[in-house]
Amino acid sequence: MNSAIELEATQPTGGNLQWGLWWRQVRAILRMEVKKNFWGKRALLIYVFAAIPVLVMFLLTFADPDAGNDINKFWSSAQEIFANIFEALILRTMVFFGCAWIFMNLFRGEVVDKSLHYYFLSSLRREVLVAGKYFSGLVTSVILFSLTTAGSLFFLYWARDYPANVNYLFDGPGLGQCLTYLGVTILGCIGYGAVFMFIGLFFRNPIIPALLVYGWEWLNFLLPPVLKKISIIHYLHTLAPVPMNEGPLATVVAATSPWISVPSLLIFTVLVLAMAAVKIRRHEISYGSE
Amino acid sequence: MNESANHNSDKLIVFENVSKFYGEILGVNRVNLTISPGITSLVGPNGSGKTTLMNLMTGLIQPSRGTIRVLGVTPDDPQRMFSFMGYCGQFDSFPRGMTGFDFVFSFLLVHGFPKKEAEAMAWRAIERVDLVEAAHRKVAGYSKGMRQRIRLAQSIAHDPSVIILDEPLNGLDPMARDETKRLFRQLAKDGLHLIISSHILHELEEMSDTIVLINNGYILAEGGVSSVREEKMEEHPMQIMIRCDRPAEFASRVFASDSVVEAQLHEDKHGLFIKTRNADSFYSLLNKMVAEQGFNVETVAPVDDNLNAVYHYLIGSGGGGQA
Repeated sequence: MNSAIELEATQPTGGNLQWGLWWRQVRAILRMEVKKNFWGKRALLIYVFAAIPVLVMFLLTFADPDAGNDINKFWSSAQEIFANIFEALILRTMVFFGCAWIFMNLFRGEVVDKSLHYYFLSSLRREVLVAGKYFSGLVTSVILFSLTTAGSLFFLYWARDYPANVNYLFDGPGLGQCLTYLGVTILGCIGYGAVFMFIGLFFRNPIIPALLVYGWEWLNFLLPPVLKKISIIHYLHTLAPVPMNEGPLATVVAATSPWISVPSLLIFTVLVLAMAAVKIRRHEISYGSE
Repeated sequence: MNESANHNSDKLIVFENVSKFYGEILGVNRVNLTISPGITSLVGPNGSGKTTLMNLMTGLIQPSRGTIRVLGVTPDDPQRMFSFMGYCGQFDSFPRGMTGFDFVFSFLLVHGFPKKEAEAMAWRAIERVDLVEAAHRKVAGYSKGMRQRIRLAQSIAHDPSVIILDEPLNGLDPMARDETKRLFRQLAKDGLHLIISSHILHELEEMSDTIVLINNGYILAEGGVSSVREEKMEEHPMQIMIRCDRPAEFASRVFASDSVVEAQLHEDKHGLFIKTRNADSFYSLLNKMVAEQGFNVETVAPVDDNLNAVYHYLIGSGGGGQA
């Protein structure tokens, strides 16, 4: 049997920063968590969330026999309608609740299943655990909701006549718009993921805070300019490739440049994750009182 | 080996004035404890604070007051601490869908071991708890004893030098119990710290180098069973059963000695019970009486020089062998 010191020698050391070890540990967490996220008992709901927008787009474009003609005739209107569907249904609803489900369960689910202690009993910095769990949620949500966005866009383009659709996609602004939609979806997962993982760590019953965030995000268009910027949807909205009218009641705010929106979201995410890491250092295992 | 590892306190588990409160409920209070290598048993009734002590040691809960150092490392540094510590707790739950092998292997990967090494270590640990044949079956289908064994495998798989075991013999059949106890003894012989809690007093007694008696969150006594028993000699004189000829005469003679506080004839009139506050002095007297007065002594057996009696005297119940 090895001594503690001998054992430590088997793990790579590089002063206090052991990036090689931490990366291996993050990969090990990813291996377990991604599998659980996709195949675990809680996975069914996220498949439903991811499938609904695709199904809606399919029905809108193919259930009505005149839809194809309308899309061909009024392509720019069709794009605006898609922009609304993207923001209201995909971003504000499915990505929001999908991320809530995935990321809140990363820790809360383990507490409910009484298995979080196995991570706590490993030779693992709690910050690395937060990073590993977050990336696993991110991998899951990005794969699922990128497919949702891509699938929805597919039906929009499919309904338009050939070769107009292909020309628009490859010779026009189509590809850039599609990639921007995908980018916004990924940023949504990054931002909402951090928020919901934080909520899952801080609150025993995360439903109420999640609903409060939902209300804040939905009512964002009504908020005064300063408050409007304290939200994720504001930045995602300003990044949308096809401008969307927020309605007559909306407060008007100058669009934030992507050079500010994207770094802001990323910095916000890092800050939220840092708070989660601080919180988890003092986290106690007490399944009985949960 | 680094400098601090040579330091003596870095070979011990030290609790300094540790208290833990769950709101207004006391978990443990003002615990000062030093645990050396070998097998240390935590003994106490349900709710006495044994699991709280173990959870504090492993950082699963934080102390309300005081400090804990395990081989010089505090529990708020889990990366360092769990490189040399393993904990087999009472939580009978597992990550869903895992086989026994996956369970041990995956957490070795989380420890940071490379894949090949982790695989070899996982098999070695599974072999030690004799679960090789069931290793590729889902843990959800395991019996209670098998689940206990796979948890034990997980806690020893990374070759820790401190192993904390909360009721590790629960659910094991007699053969598995013997095997497991043998494994514990071997690990202790290798110089490891084993901290065990159990309700089976006689099993603890035969394994332990040190016992820590705990009740209502307070440490009542610590040390070897005999030394703890001796500490309580004034309050609870030791009872010794003697089988001999002429027990009445024997009783009258020993009663004259200062070391004997009570002598009582056995119901069958072939022996007697004596109570003494100084066992060594009584044994000298006994030898003298046998040599000089020709008593024929068949048996001399201490009745309450064991963990069960110590437990009974200090905690007040559980005389039936189970705490």
